[in-house]
Amino acid sequence: MEDHISLLLVVVPLIAAPVVAVLPRGRSAWAVAFIVAAACAVLAGMQLWAVLTEGAISYELGGWAPPWGIEYRIDAVNAFVALIVAAIAAITLPYALLSVEREIPEEKIPLFYSAMLLCLTGLLGITQTGDIFNVFVFLEISSLASYALISLGRDRQAFTAAYQYLIMGTIGATFYLIGVGLIYSQTGSLNMQDLATLLPGVLHLKTVETGFAFIMIGIALKLALFPLHLWLPNAYTYAPSVVTVFLAATATKVAVYVMLRILGTVFPQGFALTTPADELFIVAGIAGIVIASVYAIYQQNVKRLLAYSSVAQVGYMALGIGFASAAGVTAALVHLFNHALMKGALFMAVGAIIYRIGACRMDQIHGLGRAMPWTFGAIVIGGLSLVGVPGTAGFISKWYLVVAALEQEAWISVAVILMGSLLAVVYVGKLIEALYFKPVTDTGTAVSEAPLLLLVPTWGLVFANVYFGLNTDLTVGVAEKAAAILGGMKP
Amino acid sequence: MRPNLILHVVAKFLIPLIILFALYVQFHGDFGPGGGFQAGVIFSAAFILYSLVFGLDTAEKIIPAHWLRVLAALGVVIYAGVGVLSLLLGGNYLDYTLLAGDQIAGQHLGILLVELGVGITVAAAMLILFFAFAGRGRE
Repeated sequence: MEDHISLLLVVVPLIAAPVVAVLPRGRSAWAVAFIVAAACAVLAGMQLWAVLTEGAISYELGGWAPPWGIEYRIDAVNAFVALIVAAIAAITLPYALLSVEREIPEEKIPLFYSAMLLCLTGLLGITQTGDIFNVFVFLEISSLASYALISLGRDRQAFTAAYQYLIMGTIGATFYLIGVGLIYSQTGSLNMQDLATLLPGVLHLKTVETGFAFIMIGIALKLALFPLHLWLPNAYTYAPSVVTVFLAATATKVAVYVMLRILGTVFPQGFALTTPADELFIVAGIAGIVIASVYAIYQQNVKRLLAYSSVAQVGYMALGIGFASAAGVTAALVHLFNHALMKGALFMAVGAIIYRIGACRMDQIHGLGRAMPWTFGAIVIGGLSLVGVPGTAGFISKWYLVVAALEQEAWISVAVILMGSLLAVVYVGKLIEALYFKPVTDTGTAVSEAPLLLLVPTWGLVFANVYFGLNTDLTVGVAEKAAAILGGMKP
Repeated sequence: MRPNLILHVVAKFLIPLIILFALYVQFHGDFGPGGGFQAGVIFSAAFILYSLVFGLDTAEKIIPAHWLRVLAALGVVIYAGVGVLSLLLGGNYLDYTLLAGDQIAGQHLGILLVELGVGITVAAAMLILFFAFAGRGRE
């Protein structure tokens, strides 16, 4: 059992998914999905502990030794990301019960949970595997599941959003695959550890450079790096609330992980600096933070506002990657964790509003803060964390990012990070103004507070925002260990 | 559906052959070209031909929609179950060697079972897709 943790993390949700799909209507599908997600969170925690105390884990699938067989290779980096994914899934599922019953047609509920589990399988698989082709396979498993999940949204636009994401996501995955193919043609290997030893010998080849470029663009599409983010706002806006919570907190994070892994482990550290990649990350990051934040201010739909804010947050992570220093990678990983917490909490709170009034347009939520004080409180604290107020998780990530920027004397980046926070004040302020200070629009029906089953997971994440804003042992501690493995790409 | 004698006779003659060929591709996949995916597609082609000739309702009487869903799930469970079985026998996931007495027999049995799972799921998924599109606008 101990030896198989890394494998069970992928196989348990994989086996549960088809089983859930054939369960009868009722709550049994939810119950199985919840138990599986909770088990995954426990396994991921055990795995991180094992990696931190005993060092990297290697698991040979089918008993075939790497580099011929597929190897799962876990170190502090992916154990950390796997824990984020599994923990978010375990927190999202209790929330899902009522929200899904409200938003998804009854006969589709077992299939919905089946797709959720498949998505979880894919995301966890990406974090576990040590094989770059296997990454593509799991990327497709998670993406196909998320296209299906997004299309289950109540508005008809959900279909268009899912289709748009399908096209963009497929282009991204194909680019990644082309890149992997080009690299395979020059090295004959797909194992990440093996590639790390083979690639330095062939780096001068144009084929390898082209492969690198294809991989970077492909993943940049998946992580919605500005200006390749166009699929994200629609997908997040029209997806069912639970799906938005889960994807916003995990999918882009896993893509960031793949990016870091390719840059830090597969390619020799420092290779990115010989290409325009690092400058492009900084430019895309800066542009993303400024432009997406400004877009967020003008949105009339709360979910879309938060979606644009997500694009801006990806920009911060791109900045961290672009600095290519140990401090930068640490900042990117810390923000990866913290952003999962804040967007998870915020989208959950918005989902609670949708549960009550069935919509989340700015002009429909006037004065709701007084009718739903707990939901409103969650939005306020989540929003403060998004801005980066001291005492919240957001502050920690901004702090490390600014430190990394100062270390490089990247004054423009420092200014942009601070400006991004100010822009966040504006859009979070707009949200709070609508919820609390605008007079109540009289709809004739009294709105009451969201049910406890929605509030408890939301506040769980809100408390996590505060806790990880005060105690950074887990986040920064692990992120620093992880950054040491991925290496400052710059000395 | 207007009955067409030639179509009926030819289809009745071809369908068993198609299914036989699917089974050949399925179980010969470890020696020659083929395997679960191809076999599943060929297998479902036989049913699609049947429903094209004899009508959708007759075809759905042979394989009800909810059975297709169960079959699609079953295949995945067979595949993953073989992996779990090798875990329980003390090996790594999908390590077929332990499934039988010696290594060759074990690998043989393992890949056959896994491909059987693939075949069932692909055949069922193909039919689900076909019925989903063919059944549009009927209600």
